[in-house]
This record gives sequence, structure tokens and C-alpha cells, in this order.
Amino acid sequence: MLRAAKVVVFLLCLGPLAHLGWLAYRGELGANPIEVITHSTGDWTLIFLLLVLSVTPLRKLLRQPWLVSFRRMLGLYAFFYGTLHLMTYVWLDKFFSWHEMLADIAKRRFITMGVTAFLLMVPLALTSTRGWIRRLGGRRWQWLHRLVYVSALAGVIHYIWLVKADLRPPLQYAAVLTLLLAYRLVAWLWPRRHAGGRSLATLPGSRESSG
Amino acid sequence: MLIKKAADIASSEITSKSLYLNRRKFLAGSAALGAAALAGVGVHSLASPPLVEANAKIDGLQKSPFSTTENVTPFKDVASYNNYYEFSTDKYEPASLARNFKTRPWTVKIDGLVKKKLELDVDSIMKMAAPEERIYRHRCVEGWSIVVPWVGFSLSELIKRAEPLGKAKFVEFTTLYDPGQMPGQRRDVLRWPYVEGLRMDEAMHPLALLCFGMYGEVLPNQNGAPLRIVLPWKYGFKSAKAIVRVRFVENQPVNTWQQSAPQEYGFYSNVNPNVDHPRWSQARERRLGEFGKRPTLMFNGYDQVAGLYSGMDLRKNY
Repeated sequence: MLRAAKVVVFLLCLGPLAHLGWLAYRGELGANPIEVITHSTGDWTLIFLLLVLSVTPLRKLLRQPWLVSFRRMLGLYAFFYGTLHLMTYVWLDKFFSWHEMLADIAKRRFITMGVTAFLLMVPLALTSTRGWIRRLGGRRWQWLHRLVYVSALAGVIHYIWLVKADLRPPLQYAAVLTLLLAYRLVAWLWPRRHAGGRSLATLPGSRESSG
Repeated sequence: MLIKKAADIASSEITSKSLYLNRRKFLAGSAALGAAALAGVGVHSLASPPLVEANAKIDGLQKSPFSTTENVTPFKDVASYNNYYEFSTDKYEPASLARNFKTRPWTVKIDGLVKKKLELDVDSIMKMAAPEERIYRHRCVEGWSIVVPWVGFSLSELIKRAEPLGKAKFVEFTTLYDPGQMPGQRRDVLRWPYVEGLRMDEAMHPLALLCFGMYGEVLPNQNGAPLRIVLPWKYGFKSAKAIVRVRFVENQPVNTWQQSAPQEYGFYSNVNPNVDHPRWSQARERRLGEFGKRPTLMFNGYDQVAGLYSGMDLRKNY
């Protein structure tokens, strides 16, 4: 059952790319196809980053532990679309002119931020296998993978810094990301409600005093 | 029993088909991903290009020595890819959102430092001189470019008739403000109405075009109908669209983009490959329809305007 669901989700996640391919094939990518491809892959990178960050809150709030089995796939898809997005820059925008790109990275903060967001995903993608979880040990692996918070944050800032005037689209991502990070902050400050462990009575500001 | 007449719905309030289809498209996409919270992003700019209708032909076009012989960008690209924030910040949306935009009756107010203030009907303005076809390169500040056969005549024809006073050093153009018809103006992404300006000698330069058509036809609404200016040596945003007012002033106007981000957009905004936008290089550009990028030329290749700026530091006066 879960196996079948994974196949379905895997294929669905390829949807945005298939859609782009279909539009390209039909010549319907508009007047500036490269711009559409750049924006679309960038959007989907952020969407997958936010999706992967929604797994834990959804799993806990809805009490659906099986949701975690999709986390790695969603994360790898964020990396996949991020790679495509970076490739549009490296190839279709800069045509592999490395010195131009380095100058860009040094000079233009939205590029710096975008490259940062991507580079932070690289170790996460590399250590996403079962073998690496074992090698690093669950706790260290988990610490490392918290880099995804920084990557998503950098990705959203990258978007905010590049728009000319209309901040609404990047702020939509920022709003969802804020919500998802706030959940973690709350869960970290008041672990009680979720895990039901130690007493919180000693914590200042805690309203719950009994277990 | 009282049967109420259905309330009149202005056609501008009816959701256009393409908008409606977009909405369906992204709903389907987000449902599939279970990411309803993110709906509306990602697939947004993938709106299928709207059908672009043909407009009335303009007869008796004169050829212009200012025309380039470069390949003209296809009409459908120029008419479906528009930076026209009065309608939308998405370049693919103005074509459908401007479909019912009313361009008649249309008067243009000419005032400020002039001998005689005028209110001119756009049709009378169009008859001031013989229409010319001018095939110009057009370079957007964002780094893309097109080649467009505009129709119009030199802006100086209008200015001469307005008889500006000696004190007038600048001319300011104002775009229509009508949030009812221009949905983009319902949000303050920019300060409305849109204002642009030129120094008097720039405005009098024969290259500066008062434009009301393209591709031999009346200008499509999304391209700035009924009346706009075209300044081929400057970044596209300097070429104000849907002009309702031309005002002659003594002091340099603050154009809308300069007001929005003064460190990024100046008053002059001449195409200049050597002066980068703070966030991207202006050295090269993508001509729509081409895969590679071509080098951007100083003044977009219109060297005849160089004299207007001799002795000026173009790094400071960007």
C-alpha cells in the first residue's frame, strides 16, 4: 500500500517538470521560455522545500506517522528542482562563464543567497541514504539535516531580494515558512504537548503545570 | 412575487476565460500535491498565451531612415509579453486583462509651462503628422530585448504645437489612473499614476517617438494604447503608456521607478552596458526568440543621441 503510494507521489512530483516539457514541446512557453523555465523551477524548489518542512507538523498534528516515509523523496525533489533551477542560471543565463558567475556571486546578494540555499542542500541530498544515517548516527544526522531550515530561509530571501516591486509572491512563501518554523519553535519550547515527557512546570511562561 | 432584475455586471468584472482557466490549472496542480497553502505560486507564470486579436490597419505609413534592418520580433510575442504594472506584475497577464480597456473617448491634457493649455482628442493628435513606421530595438531593464515596428511620428511634432515657454526644461508624461479598468492599480506596488519624464532636448530628439500603432495596426491595449511614447535608447520603462497628460516643467520630474527604488532606477535610464543594475549585469541581453545572449550596445545602438549627454557622468546619471 505504502509502496504504491510512494510510486504515485514520485510520479506526481515529476508533474511540474512534465508540464514544462509538454509546454515546451507544444511551443507554449510564451515569448521568453527561458525566463518561464527559470521561474518555474525556482518556484517548485521552494514549494518542495516547504512541503518537506510540512511533513513533521502534519505527521504530528494529524497523528499520521506514516507521512514520514515521504520526507526523503520530497527533500530529494527539492534538490532536483533546485539543480534544474541552478542549471538554467549556469547554462542558459551565464553559458558556463565561470568568472562571470563568480563575480555575480560575490557582487549580487540575491545570487549569493540563492547559491547558498543550493549548496546547503547538497550535503543533505548526499547523506539522505540509509547508509549515511547509520554512519552518522541518528542524532548527528538529524542535526546535519536541520540545515534544511537555513536552506529554505535562504531560498525565500533569494526570491525576496530579486523582485523588482511586487513582493507578494515571495512573501507568500515567507508566510508559509514562518508558520512551519514557528511550529518547530513552539514544539521546542513546549515539548510536553507533543511528546508528553518531562514536566514543564519549571519553565517560565509555561501555562501547563500538571502532566 | 417580486422578481429582481439581475444586477448589471460590467464586462470588466467578469473573470476572463484565461484567468478562470489559470485558476483551474493551479487548483488542480496544488490538489495533486496536497499543498493547497501554496496554491497560486509555481504555475502562475505558465498561463497559456492568450489569443491576440488583430487591430485596425493604419494606412499610408511612411518608411523611416531610423528603422533597423534586424529581424522583427513576432507580433504575438510583443503583444503577449508586457511589463505593464497597471494591469499586472505578471508579463503574460496584461494581454487578457487589458482586452476591454476603453481607449475612446480619450483626451490628452497639455499643460504646465506652455503658452496655451490644451485638451486634445487622441484622434486629433494622431492626425498632426504623417504616420511613419519605425523599426526600433527595445531593451528592457530586466535584460531582454525585442525589435518592434512601431507606428507614430516624432514627439517633437506634438511639443512644437504645445508651444512650451522658455522656462520649460523638462516634460512629464502621466499614464491614466483608473483602478476600475486597470486592476494592477488596486495594489500599490508602484505609486500611481505612473509618471515618466524627459529633458526637453531629449524629448525634441527626432528618435523620440509618439506612438499609436505597431505592425501596421492600431496599438494593442496591452502595448500602451491609445497613445504612448517610445524611446529606443532608454530602458523600456521610460516609454510611458496610455498617456493622459503631458506637462512642461522647470524642475526634473521624479519618474515612478526612480521614486520606487532610487538606487536602481535613475531619471535618465539610458541603455548602458557599462553601468550595471545593482542586482544584475546590463552587459548582455536576450533577444526574444534567440537562445544565446547578445552584447548590449551603448544607447542601445542609437549613437546619434550621444551628443545629448556629452560631458555627463553616466555612472552617476544612470
